[in-house]
Amino acid sequence: MTEALEIRNLHVAIEDNEILKGVDLVVKQGEIHALMGPNGTGKSTLAKALLGHPDYEITAGEILFKGENIIEMDVDERARLGMFLAFQYPVAIPGVSVANFLRTAINAHRKAADPEDKGISIPDFRTLLKAKMDLLEMDHQFAGRYLNEGFSGGEKKRAEILQLATLEPAIAILDETDSGLDIDALRIVADGVNSLAGPDLGVLIITHYQRILNYIKPDFVHIMLDGRVAESGGPDLAEHLEEHGYNWLREKQSKATAG
Amino acid sequence: MSAKTVSRAKRVVRKKTAPEFAFNLEDVKAISAAMGEPEAIAKGRMKAWERYAALPMPTLKDEPWRRTDIRTLPADRVELKAVDNAAVDEGLLEPLLGEEHGSLLLLRPGHEPELRADASVEQQGVLFTDWAAAVRDHGDKLGDYMGQIVRPEDGKFAALATAMAQDGVVLYVPEGVQLEQPLHSILWAPGAGNVYFSRVLIILEAGASATFVHEVASPTDEEGEAVHVGIVEIFVGDGASLKFVELQNLGEHTWNLTHERAKVGQSANLDWIFGAVGSRLTKNFSDIDLLGEGSNARMSGFYFANGRQHLDHDTQQNHLAPHTTSDLLYKGGLIGNSRSVWQGMIYVAPGAQQTDGYQANRNLVLSKTARADSIPGLEIMADNVRCTHGATIGQLEEEPIFYLMTRGITRPEAERLVIDGFFAPIMERIPFEGVRKRFAEMIDKKLGTDST
Repeated sequence: MTEALEIRNLHVAIEDNEILKGVDLVVKQGEIHALMGPNGTGKSTLAKALLGHPDYEITAGEILFKGENIIEMDVDERARLGMFLAFQYPVAIPGVSVANFLRTAINAHRKAADPEDKGISIPDFRTLLKAKMDLLEMDHQFAGRYLNEGFSGGEKKRAEILQLATLEPAIAILDETDSGLDIDALRIVADGVNSLAGPDLGVLIITHYQRILNYIKPDFVHIMLDGRVAESGGPDLAEHLEEHGYNWLREKQSKATAG
Repeated sequence: MSAKTVSRAKRVVRKKTAPEFAFNLEDVKAISAAMGEPEAIAKGRMKAWERYAALPMPTLKDEPWRRTDIRTLPADRVELKAVDNAAVDEGLLEPLLGEEHGSLLLLRPGHEPELRADASVEQQGVLFTDWAAAVRDHGDKLGDYMGQIVRPEDGKFAALATAMAQDGVVLYVPEGVQLEQPLHSILWAPGAGNVYFSRVLIILEAGASATFVHEVASPTDEEGEAVHVGIVEIFVGDGASLKFVELQNLGEHTWNLTHERAKVGQSANLDWIFGAVGSRLTKNFSDIDLLGEGSNARMSGFYFANGRQHLDHDTQQNHLAPHTTSDLLYKGGLIGNSRSVWQGMIYVAPGAQQTDGYQANRNLVLSKTARADSIPGLEIMADNVRCTHGATIGQLEEEPIFYLMTRGITRPEAERLVIDGFFAPIMERIPFEGVRKRFAEMIDKKLGTDST
């Protein structure tokens, strides 16, 4: 069965400041969506609110995932239900190795599915991790490094995709995954996402550059302006943006308001 | 007073100082005689007792004791008696490395020491034994060191332990001997209502090397009180190398007062790892004297306090010769109503040029009612040196927890990962998995008892 993430009239405030003003968006498994828009329009707010960051207060609307309203769910519950967020700025966890962290995460998922589960065995885990690292052309020594500590921009983003590959969510939100990447790193990250894309994975790529969309072909493109999805369309919408910028859309909006 | 008397006015007597212990010079003489000590050592005890008797009990007015209140020290409510027969924690008795047992010395105050000796240790001329056996058979060899490193003048409790100690460990490694197998000693002291005194003496002659793990532990007695007073003396000869791992996991009814000092010779190396998770209250002095040119010391400490525990560690890195280096890192976690104090000093003597001293103390305060005090200090009397220090007191931050939770990890587990990561740089310095595992379990237990 194809699962979906459905965002309905979502309003989100940070310290009484309304950032999202009624977002509607549906992402299904097997689809790749791009959410574009200028800086400061609420794209990253949406990403964090979807995962349940405590600083983001949902003042109205619904987030449905697998048919359940997940607004009251804790962050970790949403993740175990199959949501994933690749961070724009991945957080360093000093003293915790990539391998130790990923094994803890896998075991958290397994334990939630089966309280009797004893966790993945170390040999099985090693095999799994090596396979996923090979997929992303990562040096195996990476597993022993402290998570995101002292990582270059490219390493951080690759580590995010490694986590995506390992945890196999139903819906993945990639928040500005392309920012800070040189062209080689961008290609590796994009190849990774493409190799994971398929009928079981829905992807929401948040970006304000068209560049990543040369590597990952979206099925749908949405444009966010002032806390709402202002325009939705096919891949050609991204190309239109590349040529014309966002101003035509702002003008179109103000005309609509005036009219 | 009849049972019917109801008194609402409660007279609160605020004692100004801790009570004295109820011992006298005759007790000291009896202890020495029972152990059959040579006269010089017996005299040392008596001199130490005189010093103890002459020194006042420390109070909050004494600089090193300003943050540690011992007015309720139960010195007058505890007695010298054998500890309970409760079995030693199995985890303590596991081999340090692999399946094979190395030398293990078990001390239980008031009971016969038990030594499980690894024959190869003795074959190399190494002495690893309890205090009584050491002074009886080797008093001549040890006399130059014992009581000379930690001296009765160092403080009232240093003097008291020197005068009264019956339980002790002596490690002597002759010149040039490289000990491969780690040595292990345990002071196990279950029970309440008692006081016990211990001392440790480690001597590495020139060019020797050894790894030694010493643990002090007891189960918590919720109702009772106990006191441990101890000294640790370390001598690392020229070109020698010592790794010393010390772990304190005393019951939370125990007051623990200790003085420790290492003297490090020319081009010698000391790697000192210090862990503290137990006791009701600890006041510990750990000093390093870098005496020989080119000597090095690294000091790594960790502590984790919960409930109403109070752990106070006072460190001193004394650079007394040129080209010496010291590197100290103490990391602590606190939860519940606990409190920690770390007070550290780097001293560079006049003429001790080209020295490099570092000290850092990092604390993770995990509850609103816990408190960490961190007081670094430098006193530099030479002009061509590099000395730096740092101290931080922080809480668990929300962003790392959120990040980990977005991967499906529960909040308690996410917090635990961040805490483990905080201690990892120290844990990685302990070459024994079993010891690391025991510490991890202890944190689990503490996090389980006191919620954040």
